[in-house]
Amino acid sequence: MADNSSSVLDRSRTVAGPGYNRWLVPPAALAIHLAIGQAYAFSVFNKPLGALISGDTAKPAPDDWTPLQIGITFSIAIVLLGLSAAIFGKWLERVGPRKAMLASSLCFGGGFLIGSLGVHLHSLALLYFGYGFVGGIGLGIGYISPVSTLIKWFPDRKGVATGMAIMGFGGGAMIGSPLANNLMTHFKASAPLGVAPTFIVMGIIYLIFMQFGVWTIRVPADDWKPAGYVPSTEHNDLITTANVSADNAIKTPQFWMLWVVLLCNVTAGIGVLETASPLIQETFSDAAMGAGKGVTAAAAAGFVGLLSLFNLLGRFFWSSASDKLGRKVAYGIYFGLGILLYALIPTLGHNLQLTLFVAVACVIISMYGGGFATAPAYLSDLFGKYQVGAIHGRLLTAWSTAGVLGPLIVHYLSDSRKAEGFSGAAAYQTVFYTMAGLLVVGFMANLLVKAVNEQYYEKGPVTIAAGAH
Amino acid sequence: MNPQLNSSAPAADGGSGGSVVLAWLVVGLPLAWGVSQTFLKALALFK
Repeated sequence: MADNSSSVLDRSRTVAGPGYNRWLVPPAALAIHLAIGQAYAFSVFNKPLGALISGDTAKPAPDDWTPLQIGITFSIAIVLLGLSAAIFGKWLERVGPRKAMLASSLCFGGGFLIGSLGVHLHSLALLYFGYGFVGGIGLGIGYISPVSTLIKWFPDRKGVATGMAIMGFGGGAMIGSPLANNLMTHFKASAPLGVAPTFIVMGIIYLIFMQFGVWTIRVPADDWKPAGYVPSTEHNDLITTANVSADNAIKTPQFWMLWVVLLCNVTAGIGVLETASPLIQETFSDAAMGAGKGVTAAAAAGFVGLLSLFNLLGRFFWSSASDKLGRKVAYGIYFGLGILLYALIPTLGHNLQLTLFVAVACVIISMYGGGFATAPAYLSDLFGKYQVGAIHGRLLTAWSTAGVLGPLIVHYLSDSRKAEGFSGAAAYQTVFYTMAGLLVVGFMANLLVKAVNEQYYEKGPVTIAAGAH
Repeated sequence: MNPQLNSSAPAADGGSGGSVVLAWLVVGLPLAWGVSQTFLKALALFK
């Protein structure tokens, strides 16, 4: 994208003046992530979208959309998230966060509006194009838009800063889900199940809410540093003072090791998230626990909610902890402890230890969130802050890959076990052992991360303008 | 040479403590609402 205009959106116009308080930047970033995090709550529309013609979620009409058709909308959005983050990363570094955030808000809000037309006309293609394609581009640009800015404002607390923002993505689903439910109830009388007007209102709400981030964000001056901040002089191979461009970063083995790390972390997390509700209901059923003592559908929904909370808390907690522990050690914990906990889940289910089962799942999902949130700081440590947003964008293709592969693997494995006659925890045993195996791969990949070879460093001082080529 | 900015220094362009509190409220209130809704739903697990 060309950037020939001179407007309030330009990077040069967003450089903070003297006295700007850097603690205004995390709320600006959160405004974007809280909005786009709604994507994780898309499943709240699954049943209503599948009954637009019949008007009864319990009895879909033959022409109503199937769960698979509806699910593809979310898959398109996640794939576009990774692709757009990878494609627009360098553009973002050049034009700055404000223009990128505005583009994100227009795509995300616009995606809802186009999607509402698709719902109104019962056009699946329009829903895919609106919420999936256009909205997905908004997700990708929005996700990476505040990352490098936060790292530049918080060189002393990179994990804390990016953890706060990425925590917002986890929190977005918690807002998006009840908001959608309330709106659909409100509009139930005016449109089939209230879905189309809900899409319109949510599109407008998110478009407006994201403007808070657009107009609050500032970038620091090139030579700014926090008062009293003295970069550590202690030598650490894994924290560079040099800079690597996005184009060079993807030529390094370190980038691809981290790609595998993120792929394994996300795929394993999906193993829990995809199976959480049926797993806990089938494992701790009335038949296993005794009449009236089994986990009900409402309690299972509560379990899913609890996992969402720990996903959110883990993003902030683990990412902040990585500032003290170091990124490599932090990922070593996510994977090392994760292997044990994933392998433990089937046993806890078999022994009907519900409390421990819930506690272990919560810790697992907190580390899943931690893996997401620690990635930008890890990249910044290894490649410098020059084009860290663009490098992060390219890394997110691992998320897209996991977002498509993860559910396929999980459903294939659990369905196969069920077809063999297994039930309860036993039906999901191979899922969790496979995920533990994936974590072993992630653990090894993390172990192999070494300092980036100097041949990839940018020669001489780098400026933001240099990223324009 | 740009001035060294102090993150805790008095604001000259809207970065006062009040602005920071207000900014955090703008994002904190919806987040708190979402978390409370999720927490209420999660309580069903312990009933």
